[in-house]
Amino acid sequence: MAVELDVFVGNTTIMDEEVYQLWLDGYTVNDAVKVRMAGGVLDECEANQDVLLSDTMDQYRTFQMCERLLQSPAKLANQLLFQIPPHRQTMLIERYYAFDDAFVREVLGKKLSKGTKKDLDDIGAKTGVTLKSCRRQFDNFKRVFKVVEELKGPLVENIRQHFLLSDKLARDYAAIVFFANNRFETGKKKLQYLTFQDFAFCAGQLINNWTVGAVDNMAEDMDVDLDKEFLQELKELKVLITDKDLLDQHKSLVCTALRGKTKAFTEMEANFKNLSRGLVNIATKLTNTKDVRDFFIDLVEKFIEPCRSDRWTSADVKLYLTHYTNSAHILDSFKHQAVWDRYMGVIKSCIFKMYHD
Amino acid sequence: MPGKLKAKIVAGRHLPVMDRASDLTDAFVEVKFGNTTFKTDVFPKSLNPQWNSEWFKFEVDDEDLQDEPLQITVLDHDTYSANDAIGKVYIDIDPLLCAEAASVISGWFPIYDTIHGIRGEINVLVKVELFNDLNRFRQSSCGVKFLCTTSIPRGYRAAMVHGFVEELVVNEDPEYQWIDRIRTPRASNEARQRLISLMSGELQRKIGLKVLEMGGNAVVGYLQCFDLEGESGLVVRAIGTACTLEKHSSGSLVNTHTHPNTAPASNACNSPSKDGKESPLAHGCRSTHNSPVHSACSSQRLSQNFSVSVPTLIFTGMGSGGSAGKEAGPLKTLLRQQTQTALEQREFPFFTLTSFPPGFLVHVGGVVSARSVKLLDRIHNPDEPETRDAWWEEIRQEIKSHAKALGCHAVVGYSENTSICEEVCILSASGTATILNPRYMREGCLDIGSTDHRFDDPSPPSCGFCHIPYDELNMPFPAQLTYCYNCRRQKVPDVLFTTIDLPAEAAVTGKGCLIQARLCRLKKKAQGEVNATAISNLLPFMEYELHTQLMNKLKLRSMNALFGLHIQISVGENMLLGLASATGVYLTALPAPGGIQIAGKTSGDLNNEQHIQSIQKRINDTIAKNKELHQINPPELTEEGVGSPIPEPRHRSRLFRSHSESSDEVSELDLSHGKKDAFVLEIDDTDAVEDIHSLLIDASPPTGFYTCNTETMPGIYNWTTAVQMFTSVRVLRLSNANLSNQSLNKIFTDLCENLLKSFYFKLRSNIPCCLCHLNFTVAVPEEELIQVSVTAVAMTFDQDQTQERFITKGGNETEEQLQFPLELCADSSSTNTQTSSKFSGVPENTIVSSRVFLNRSQKPHSVLFFSVCLFFCVLYVFCSLLLFLLLLLCIFGCGLRACVFYFIFCARVLCARVFSPAASVDYGSFADRCSTWLELLRLKAHTIRRGSVKTSRRTQSLAHSVSSLENCSPLTEGRPRSLRSSRSFGGSSVTMVKMTPLSFLPGTRIIKYLGIINMFFIRETTSLREEGGVSGFLHSFIAEVFAMVRAHVAALGGNAVVSYSMKDCVLMENPNKNQAQCLINVSGDAVICVRETDQEPMTSMTNIGQSCTADGAT
Repeated sequence: MAVELDVFVGNTTIMDEEVYQLWLDGYTVNDAVKVRMAGGVLDECEANQDVLLSDTMDQYRTFQMCERLLQSPAKLANQLLFQIPPHRQTMLIERYYAFDDAFVREVLGKKLSKGTKKDLDDIGAKTGVTLKSCRRQFDNFKRVFKVVEELKGPLVENIRQHFLLSDKLARDYAAIVFFANNRFETGKKKLQYLTFQDFAFCAGQLINNWTVGAVDNMAEDMDVDLDKEFLQELKELKVLITDKDLLDQHKSLVCTALRGKTKAFTEMEANFKNLSRGLVNIATKLTNTKDVRDFFIDLVEKFIEPCRSDRWTSADVKLYLTHYTNSAHILDSFKHQAVWDRYMGVIKSCIFKMYHD
Repeated sequence: MPGKLKAKIVAGRHLPVMDRASDLTDAFVEVKFGNTTFKTDVFPKSLNPQWNSEWFKFEVDDEDLQDEPLQITVLDHDTYSANDAIGKVYIDIDPLLCAEAASVISGWFPIYDTIHGIRGEINVLVKVELFNDLNRFRQSSCGVKFLCTTSIPRGYRAAMVHGFVEELVVNEDPEYQWIDRIRTPRASNEARQRLISLMSGELQRKIGLKVLEMGGNAVVGYLQCFDLEGESGLVVRAIGTACTLEKHSSGSLVNTHTHPNTAPASNACNSPSKDGKESPLAHGCRSTHNSPVHSACSSQRLSQNFSVSVPTLIFTGMGSGGSAGKEAGPLKTLLRQQTQTALEQREFPFFTLTSFPPGFLVHVGGVVSARSVKLLDRIHNPDEPETRDAWWEEIRQEIKSHAKALGCHAVVGYSENTSICEEVCILSASGTATILNPRYMREGCLDIGSTDHRFDDPSPPSCGFCHIPYDELNMPFPAQLTYCYNCRRQKVPDVLFTTIDLPAEAAVTGKGCLIQARLCRLKKKAQGEVNATAISNLLPFMEYELHTQLMNKLKLRSMNALFGLHIQISVGENMLLGLASATGVYLTALPAPGGIQIAGKTSGDLNNEQHIQSIQKRINDTIAKNKELHQINPPELTEEGVGSPIPEPRHRSRLFRSHSESSDEVSELDLSHGKKDAFVLEIDDTDAVEDIHSLLIDASPPTGFYTCNTETMPGIYNWTTAVQMFTSVRVLRLSNANLSNQSLNKIFTDLCENLLKSFYFKLRSNIPCCLCHLNFTVAVPEEELIQVSVTAVAMTFDQDQTQERFITKGGNETEEQLQFPLELCADSSSTNTQTSSKFSGVPENTIVSSRVFLNRSQKPHSVLFFSVCLFFCVLYVFCSLLLFLLLLLCIFGCGLRACVFYFIFCARVLCARVFSPAASVDYGSFADRCSTWLELLRLKAHTIRRGSVKTSRRTQSLAHSVSSLENCSPLTEGRPRSLRSSRSFGGSSVTMVKMTPLSFLPGTRIIKYLGIINMFFIRETTSLREEGGVSGFLHSFIAEVFAMVRAHVAALGGNAVVSYSMKDCVLMENPNKNQAQCLINVSGDAVICVRETDQEPMTSMTNIGQSCTADGAT
């Protein structure tokens, strides 16, 4: 005696949020039943394991049928197959596109290719996320990437409109797409201490300030690529370290401003040339794609690590960078104020975010 | 040229990719009606084409307009090879032919393919221009309204109910034509879908013609079914009730001075105030199944067919001598004569309606049903479906005669169905025998002022329908009669079974619940006539057992009436399945049910005694628990607040104990229960053991859930707008080939119970809620498969308000306050009764035991008698068979079939003889018993009768009217509820379409009926595994069917489907070949409904009157 067939279909599609989450997390039906039983759902209603199994199967089937629609969320709203109230639709989409920070940290900046997809089982094992869930998240990244890559206009807005995501989630996806597109290196050991949210913040800064769209909202170009002209202009900043007079002048200005305001003053004074050289070198090399990829690792190696070894506090870093940026304006012979501001504005906020005490 | 059909193809969206190379599609559309086809241009390389075509015009007869669907095919253009079909849309344009219904069909339709399912959507506009045709010989019947709803639709009144209409068309099934061997599955499925669509169009047109002939303008309770008879063909048949409907012009008029009889359904709740002159509604129940002679004769007519009409049983359950009535009403006789003349002109005085305007039903006799086993053979001439017609004619005649036997002239809540397995077909029909108010039958009688009060029965509407329609001195079957507990003026039976809904004005104590009897019987595999005979021999036993189960379960729940009874018997190759579903209620007018009593055969055995006692205790506990659960207070106590949700503790402790083995509790014996014959179950009998177990297995629904299979649940009025309709299908494979009847029963019962448990679990977020209209369908699709499909609706209600209502009411109603002194005296009188019962404790005991003895001896005796009779019967038949065979062979060349008829004829006559004594065996034993406790009863009745009982009735009707007023008042609960709904459903680009099997949606008012939805779909797959197995396949198919129904309703401008039902769900699978096929037929009424609070401009009076309708059905 075996149940050959067992279905339950509601006119308004019945979906249990808890089961949906288990499905998204890649649990098998049997595992999901175990989890639900442990969760005490049976106590609510006089039910047994069979009932739970049947319910879980039904829901899993529904989700599988819905998955096609969730992959192009705009369809979900005007499809006819499932009658789902709008607020439930929003929930379904939001949850479907949600991701594990641990997982995304692993693939951030990697090429969203088949090769990476093959490594997902390793990533899954490392992060404790099931392979099924990894695949869904990876495919989501890839799908969003593909759609947005070719689109004009602001990146975050595009993602939000095409995938009907919340603002927060759309921003995160923008970061992921941006990282994947520019292939920023995030996997090095030195960068391990940084969370996805740190990177997402930096990505937001870069998107808002360093891309073509950042300068001109109406620009026909895309938000995903860095502004090439700007990167060229950055080469001009080299004068800050190559011109010895300018470097000394800059140092004295900064030191005057900092004196007496921080305990780490001596270290700052001693390291000024090194740090300044580091930051300006990063700027000048950004025309090379290779160096763009190493942007974050360079920031850490050239600035964050020296500061940390000197036990600067976050406040120290903030103070130093503020004066470092502002002092450049007073330098008479330094003509590239606009580029400098655009560069340092991003660098400053990125370093603040990346500098953990 | 009476009609011009215009169609415009606007756009498509979400089309599938048909060209792998470009990942796009070059789509175009063919629009076909009749033999004319138009094409749109190809819209190249797009998955969202914008055709924006011209208007395609078809000039056609209105006959074709009714028969044909508009067929829209979406194709992918291919330059080099044949164009690929993407899918089709069939649009039934019938709703456009009715002036009042929809004027345009416009919207997105899913593009459906029988192999791939839904593949994108298409936006279509359809209009019809009709020219008036005055030709008297026309074949069309445009303009006749068709409604699935089995009551007079909201917003209408029935000016006249004309009666039964039926029609049947047959054809060859394309699936079985020779051409099917060479065409693709898709072509074959489409041919079938198209044919069925054509046939149902034709059927509707023909029925419409009949209605016009009768002078009606609508068919209500339209029930259309398909019989897939396999090789022998395809039958589409329909029944319905022809009516003349009139739209309400003013609701206030109704409320103020309309005569009660002209009062439309919407007036239902306001009627209690007119007690005095209004004819009561009737419901009752009694099921009779006897073996009429005429059906045997009729079977002889069909000489080319094998036919077995199943002898029917007279169910008496606990037959007992009725006390002779004094007031065998002359009024009643007169009434009967009048109705008779009105009804006798009709061939079949049948009504497919299940709920009625007040005053329509006078008395209810009981359930009548008939079954017949037929052998199918090929339909030779599709234009003359005489054979099938004759079969149904025969069954209907039988029903009619059963109704007559019950002293009734009409059958309401009538339905027909079939079960087919290979070449054997069981035809079944059932309904409720009733006496109707003749006024509804006569032309012109409904005009205001022309009413005559001669037939007005003085019985109050809350109980009048329970009063027996038949002559007490000459009862069609033994039954125990008592004076109505409500009015004390007329006789009522001890239990009442009906197939109709609970009348809105019926006085009910507590809440109701779903009661199911389930039964499996194995049979030997056989062919042809042997098989048919075997089945027909099994049927009466099944009916009897189902009935016994129902009766037991009813008593276990301490209820006394069943509504919406539906018995389905399904035939498979090696078994028969029986499923009876009904909603049990406690009718205040009927006597309290006796308990269930367990008796052992050998009284000396101490172990046995203990065992019996423990079972008895369990049963008694269950009864007590159920009483509490369903809030059933003994009727004597109803004065203290009918339906009061909190039974007083005092009453709870005084629960009935039928058998007082534990003698220390004798003092607690409640006369009102203990006396009524307790149902005796003997546990030495294996069947009885099984019965008891199955009784106790049935789990009651968890807290917060109620179940019923009728429109609504008595005792629940304050529905919220939240409804969740669902369909669930479960198929069980029996792996063990050698199952016994008992284990099979257990499996089947578990299957149904588990389904219910699943529903509770899935719908737990809707608590408190009631699963209404639980409609179970069983089938045996293959040898070892059992399929159960359920469609129902979960309706949420507001629990707190029930109580609040009682509180507020107490404050408002001065009349209510007047009740208090009376209640007090009623109270004291019931206390008196108690004492008297205490005194009678000891003699009661002895009576009980003697009864046990009698009953015990009866059962084996009757069985023996029965088998002896059967034996003789067989002998007799054999002899006569031989004789006749010789005789007939001499006369005709082919007399075999005729012989078989003779066989059946004899068998049935004999069976009839066997059954009647078997059923009434205990008649005699009751005579002396009755006299003893009748005296006690009379004693008791004296103390209670005057004052208290009457009061109870008044309180009740008052409570009812007040509750309905409050409930539907748009200013109180209505608003927050509807606000809630608007919040959750607003802002979607797709119209939300609600679906419900009920005839109404709570919290809303139907403002327009847009037309009938009647759709038939086939889905097939050759990649079953890839689609997630059978479950995945069926799951998506059901979801697709829902989607297509919703799309059609939305295109008609509607936002809901009422009276939705899934008539058929036939699933065939072959997992080895990775194939499956499924057929689904659904129907319902597309409507526009608005929230109760909307459309305020009408007077508040109207509003209340109309929303009362919604309430009335609750």
